[in-house]
Amino acid sequence: MTSETGTGTIRYRRSLGPQLQKVFAFLVVAAIATVFAIPFAWMISTSLKPNLRQVLAYPPQWIPDPPTFANYLRAWQAARFSRYMLNSLWISFAGVGLQMINGSLCAYVFSRIQFRGREFLFLLFLAVMMIPSQVTVIPNYIMLSRLDWLDSFKALIIPFSATAFGTFLLRTAFLSVPDDLVDAAVIDGASHLQIMRHVMIPLSKPTLLTFFVLNFNWRWNDYFWPLIMTSSDKMRTVALGLNIMRQTTEGGTNWHVVMAGTVLALLPVLALFLFFQRYFIEGISRSGLKGV
Amino acid sequence: MAEQGLSMAESKGVQNEVKELRQGVSGWRNPRRRTDLITAAVFLLPSLIVFGVFTYFALGFNVYLSLTDWNFVSPVKRFIGLENYMTIFRDRRFLASLKVTFHYAVGTVAGSMGLGLILALLLNQKIRGQNFFRTVIFSPYVTTTSAIALLWVWIFQPGTGLLHYMLSLIGIKGPRWLSDPKYAMWALIIMAIWRAAGYNMVIFLSGLMNISTEYYEAAKVDGAGTLSVLWHITLPLLSPTTFFLMVTSLIGGLQVFDAPAVMTQGGPAYATTVMNYEIYQRAFVYMHAGDASAVAMVLFVIVAILTVLQLTASRRWVFYQ
Repeated sequence: MTSETGTGTIRYRRSLGPQLQKVFAFLVVAAIATVFAIPFAWMISTSLKPNLRQVLAYPPQWIPDPPTFANYLRAWQAARFSRYMLNSLWISFAGVGLQMINGSLCAYVFSRIQFRGREFLFLLFLAVMMIPSQVTVIPNYIMLSRLDWLDSFKALIIPFSATAFGTFLLRTAFLSVPDDLVDAAVIDGASHLQIMRHVMIPLSKPTLLTFFVLNFNWRWNDYFWPLIMTSSDKMRTVALGLNIMRQTTEGGTNWHVVMAGTVLALLPVLALFLFFQRYFIEGISRSGLKGV
Repeated sequence: MAEQGLSMAESKGVQNEVKELRQGVSGWRNPRRRTDLITAAVFLLPSLIVFGVFTYFALGFNVYLSLTDWNFVSPVKRFIGLENYMTIFRDRRFLASLKVTFHYAVGTVAGSMGLGLILALLLNQKIRGQNFFRTVIFSPYVTTTSAIALLWVWIFQPGTGLLHYMLSLIGIKGPRWLSDPKYAMWALIIMAIWRAAGYNMVIFLSGLMNISTEYYEAAKVDGAGTLSVLWHITLPLLSPTTFFLMVTSLIGGLQVFDAPAVMTQGGPAYATTVMNYEIYQRAFVYMHAGDASAVAMVLFVIVAILTVLQLTASRRWVFYQ
């Protein structure tokens, strides 16, 4: 991929030879990557330790003796942890599901139907991304309380059922669908919904996947909104709940249990990232370079 | 394709019809055009409602609240003009929170951009394990801040923590990180750099790939050395990416909340009470909806200025390729 671009093709005449240069680059990157991996390694190591003595040992003991998964069970059973996980899964899937529907519908309009004021509306969509959620949180709290939605799934899903970023992402994909294909569908008498289902969506699968992984990640990781909008233990998400668990007897100084809980909380987002890395990084860099 | 079976005249007619459809020249009385407009309205409506209510109406409502002395419970919202703004700009805690927030944002942006740039330059050549390293270094970025913050509390443990131990190996006596007002913010910045360096690396890498090889070939012909190429070609041509990252990361950094909320609760001695934590406390701990909204408006104005700066600059950037 990089063989023809970037600094890879320069011959470094005055300094090191190209081979030596690569060895140097390898060593530096490997060193930095090791430092970056240490926190993860420490988290996993701690989560597998059988007792507090090994957890608190100083100097630190890296290898659990013997490694045990018992902490994961303890974390799962502590302070409604399983409930937090299910809540997070539900609001992430439901939220992103609605976002995908609304995002595709809006992206279709913004890419395929002309009308006066369309550019202005699109600008309004884009501007949403620039308004920090903390700026609107107090009025939203008041509105949700008037609607009697506080401490319910509605409060965690509905305000996030539309997506400016997703609309922007999909619009770009829909615009790149060849006009001929759409025209052919129009001639065959396809309705807008049919064009979407049979032309746009199938041709935009990679973008939809990018859309899914990024938005899922953001919904899962959100801490601020559920902190304000939920109050009962049964409505907490895992981003909040982990911190609650730490304050219970099961947490406290029991860092092995807390770390097991942390691993569980991160599992879905890390797995999604590892499996769909390409889409993730593509989405991140595309949105980055487009300046949004 | 479909047109192949049609005669020239027919195909021309169909094309006109399609063109009409696409450009909408014939207005509301054309039934197809009407369907288009109705479809557009129906498709957009749910999103427009969501953004209209939860973003735009809320923003306006927030402006109004910032001009009142409301406390969430009182039945009347007394209009007091700009008094909240005057109060907060005389309030030392608010001014301190501004300073603390910028400290965090600038420290995080500088650190993660510097590290990200170095990594991108090193990874922008074929080296063994390239993809593996990229994955490892990027992965902290996808983690849940509030969860990973607990891991860092554990790493930052004074006296017995992993970081304390590792620093002691090179002869440094680690501070009491999160409980020392002098170091708490630096601890948050270290964690934030760990999270964001990979993101910066990825954006820099795609910026690097957009630089045409012609420049490098010309430099090669001129016999330019590595550092000279870096200084005279790579960095100038990368500057739109650099500027974009700087402003957007600054915007992100100014909105930090999760890490100080979990790791330090704004302490010790308000050393990590960033603006968002200030908003949270004023509104949801002390129930001062009025002045909390005013603080939120200040944050909004700062973010808006930075956004406009980024948009205008990216539109007329000097180093167009």
